[in-house]
Amino acid sequence: MTKELAHHYRASSGLIIASLMKSCGDLSMAEDAFHEACAQASQFWAERGIPDNPTAWLMTASKRRLVDTFRSNSLKVVSEQLHENDLESSLEIGLAETDHEIPDERLKLIFTCCHPALKPETQVALTLSVLCGLKVREIARAFLTSESTMRRRLSRAKNKIRVNAIPYEVPTGSRIEQRLSAVLSVVYLIYNESHTAYEGQTLTRSDLAKEALRLSSLLRVLFPHPEVDGLHALLLLNESRKPARVDNKGRLVPLELQDRSLWDAKMSSEGCELLLETMKRGQIQKYQIQASISAVHCQSPRWEDTDWPQIVGLYQQLLRFESSDVVLVNMAVAYAYSGAVKTAYDLLEKVQARLSHYQPFHAAFAHVNGELGNVDLSKKHYQIAMDKTSNAVEREFLRNRLTSVSDN
Amino acid sequence: MQFLALIYSAEGKDDVDFDQLIQQYMDFEEELKAANVDFSGNALQPVSTATSVKLRNGQQQISDGPFAETKEQLGGYYLFELDNLDQAINWAAKIPSSRYGTIELRPVMDIE
Repeated sequence: MTKELAHHYRASSGLIIASLMKSCGDLSMAEDAFHEACAQASQFWAERGIPDNPTAWLMTASKRRLVDTFRSNSLKVVSEQLHENDLESSLEIGLAETDHEIPDERLKLIFTCCHPALKPETQVALTLSVLCGLKVREIARAFLTSESTMRRRLSRAKNKIRVNAIPYEVPTGSRIEQRLSAVLSVVYLIYNESHTAYEGQTLTRSDLAKEALRLSSLLRVLFPHPEVDGLHALLLLNESRKPARVDNKGRLVPLELQDRSLWDAKMSSEGCELLLETMKRGQIQKYQIQASISAVHCQSPRWEDTDWPQIVGLYQQLLRFESSDVVLVNMAVAYAYSGAVKTAYDLLEKVQARLSHYQPFHAAFAHVNGELGNVDLSKKHYQIAMDKTSNAVEREFLRNRLTSVSDN
Repeated sequence: MQFLALIYSAEGKDDVDFDQLIQQYMDFEEELKAANVDFSGNALQPVSTATSVKLRNGQQQISDGPFAETKEQLGGYYLFELDNLDQAINWAAKIPSSRYGTIELRPVMDIE
């Protein structure tokens, strides 16, 4: 019963809170009303069974709670914003189970939660809480922080939205590209958190991957755009490699060592097909390029078969959209594997000072130096890369590399 | 609702000369008027003219200089009457000094 309620709660959260936001314009208030309705449901449903349309039931109950709040608080300012008709019509329906259509307001809510005036990590937490219906405890666990810290972060965000009157709407005009890109990067961050697997964290984190895929599917329905499809394809392609990404002890396995027979071929071909369809539209931007890189890996039967020159080309394109250090290091790695070791060395050498804190830089620089016969430098950077990783499998992998450099 | 736009930039490091900057600010205010935005605002004398005051145990403590030494200084402000943060962001990005400085937006507290 509780499990069933939790399922409906999660499935309806975004839809209902978005709809309540339309009535009251206040995120905390909308969330409180929804949570009270869920509490009511757990009692009511236990006695009378689960209604035919649980979402509609929860919606009606939530709106009633909202009306109660207005009446008891008699908040002048807020009641002015209240759309009386909207509430009245929902009250007429009463608490009986109904099949009435709930208009989908979730897109507005996504844009509000991913407003650039909020820190990216706050956008992520808020999206997971409001749209995905994750409990604060679950979000806190996934981000390795305490429940009270996460609760403060969320309430600070909701307060900021309220006092700044951050609009509850889908942005238009010239702002739309920038705002969409913030939304997409939140979904991608949620996904990436899922596979930056900290040891012992794998279970919670695979849920985040599901949430990210759920959000990108939802966005595809609510806001068709080539980059939305590009992101969804990217997530499918990355997710298709998941069965091989973690070993039986829950440790992360680098791409190079993954057992490719474990990859989910169905999911990967779904991703490839979507990507091909999307790219035909000719508006190729960063998520479609990243999905293409992922697709090249997915289509290589073995690590040795990887089409590195193609990956180099894709990274060059990606740099035009995102000139980050991460992209630069990845491109250098691709150069090195494609045989252009000196180019890779020059690229990394240039950014050495700036990236000394970045573990993948050291792994890449060690590899490139090894290829060039700079044994001491190679060993030095393998050692730093080993010291900087918290992952046992990767450390072992780097140790083997270090040994093989020494042997040559 | 009201937003205060605090204009921060490194003193004496504007990207155009003073007369040109004043003209740009005048153009900006013309744009606000044309859009029927209620606003007020001023430029401030440099931080070298600042005085900080506090009252401790009933005694005035007066010191020469700003509240805090910072790389960019408060050089002026606008008070806008707008509907929401997105509108405030749009206007803030049109303040000439946003090109080389930073505009901090703060909603004014509504105390009834």
